[in-house]
Amino acid sequence: MFDNPVLLFIQLMNGLSLGMNLFIISSGLTLILGVLRVLNFAHGAFFMLGGYVCFTLVGAFDMSPMGFWLAVIGSALALGALAWIIERLMLRHLYHRDHLYQLLFTYALVLLIGDLVKVGWGSSVLSVSFPPGLDGATNLGVAYYPSYRLLLCVIGVLVGLGLWYFVNRTRAGRLVRAARQDREMLESLGINVGRIYLWVFVAGSAIAGMGGALAAPAIALAPGMDAEIVVECFIIAIIGGLGSLGGAFLGSLILGLLNAFGVLLIPEFEIVLIYLMMVLVLLIRPWGLLGKPEAGYR
Amino acid sequence: MTLLEVDGIHTSYGISDVLFDISVRVEAGESVGLLGRNGVGKSTTMRSIMGLTPPSQGSVSWKGQKVNGMPTSDIARLGVGFVPEDRRVFPDLTVWENLDIARRMHGDAEQWDEQRVYALFPELERFRDRRGGHLSGGQQQMLTIARSLMGNPELLLLDEPSEGLAPLVVDKLKEQIAALQAAGLSLVLAEQNLNFVLDLSDRVYILEKGEVKFEGTSDELRQSPELVSRYLSV
Repeated sequence: MFDNPVLLFIQLMNGLSLGMNLFIISSGLTLILGVLRVLNFAHGAFFMLGGYVCFTLVGAFDMSPMGFWLAVIGSALALGALAWIIERLMLRHLYHRDHLYQLLFTYALVLLIGDLVKVGWGSSVLSVSFPPGLDGATNLGVAYYPSYRLLLCVIGVLVGLGLWYFVNRTRAGRLVRAARQDREMLESLGINVGRIYLWVFVAGSAIAGMGGALAAPAIALAPGMDAEIVVECFIIAIIGGLGSLGGAFLGSLILGLLNAFGVLLIPEFEIVLIYLMMVLVLLIRPWGLLGKPEAGYR
Repeated sequence: MTLLEVDGIHTSYGISDVLFDISVRVEAGESVGLLGRNGVGKSTTMRSIMGLTPPSQGSVSWKGQKVNGMPTSDIARLGVGFVPEDRRVFPDLTVWENLDIARRMHGDAEQWDEQRVYALFPELERFRDRRGGHLSGGQQQMLTIARSLMGNPELLLLDEPSEGLAPLVVDKLKEQIAALQAAGLSLVLAEQNLNFVLDLSDRVYILEKGEVKFEGTSDELRQSPELVSRYLSV
């Protein structure tokens, strides 16, 4: 197996593209977790809904060559709007409550959105076709690789760079970081932190919707697909460090590569590998690879 | 003109009552000291003014307008700056980032910006790219004051600014606060350090067990050693 460089290369690319797709989704979860301190169980459901909205919009934009990309933008906007409604009407009343209320609330969203998808789109598996021009393969020298998966890698990196720039190089990003560190102090400086929370939740959810739409051509849309992805995103958040964007990037890459090479090395145990990895990280660095120990940790 | 009027507020944390009928007044351009031992309610009075722990009874007014019940950020935007006792710089933000997020235009007076703040606290300019969490206690205290100034407040609430600082640093801080007074800023100073307050305040209130026990000018308190020994000596 290891004497076949083409196979290794393909698996490397598979790992990277899976990792980058996971990063697009987990970055939104991480942003929300880091700032709002809300563990959003519904993040996977937002991802799933993004895929389904994309399916419908692709049908509506059928004639246009840019149809798929408009559908991706539409999915992000739709999920952002949904998140806006959820935050204003419900979630913001729970910030000061015990974490248990937030968990129960976001879990209720998981059930609601799951049923909504079944009512709206049915229980059978749906698929979205590749956007025009990206249904083939690209010659990378060593091997041919599906063009669309290659593009997912690039988009993942761009999302990562974009978020890094926003958080570290803009005033809005500085406010987001300050809100993460001390909400009360920021309020005392005249900043409406409730509005920061709102926009972080909207942006994180919109990124999940975009992730679902982008993943749609590469995967099958089916009810229940949200459960797997949200578990993977939580594992990424734990491995990388709760609330750390860099950690989410690293965790996504580790998970993607572990998945791709685990299949090659020990296919019968592949599914266990990521959990073993999580246990290992928790044993050595309980606060995650790039996270920081919470105050009071000994 | 009366800037701040705190009228008979009662404040509690959960079931424990902390303030009983506290009234404090600050005129424009005036500096007022809140004195008292640890735990008498000085910090809670400031937190009540800011709306961080809203009073259950009584009222807080800013230029005649009732502000209790308003969100903290709205109260700050009216022109109230707050420097809490535990300093609370944003530890992962650099010095200039700490200043930048607080930047806001307000009022007709000469506006504070990064350069003007550095002129008052030159040390901060040297460390402008250092993270807030990596500064010394005195530098953090300067940064929290400088950060509040960036919002161009008309009144600054300073909670225990001298606490935990070396005597030389306290002297320097006193000069810097005096410079703020000279620039027309009104102050409320909560302190256990009597001389620090007497040197900087026009009037003082002595608090004990959540009540005001004495109200008068700094000179009156200077001439009443029995008040000092009854309420302030440890």
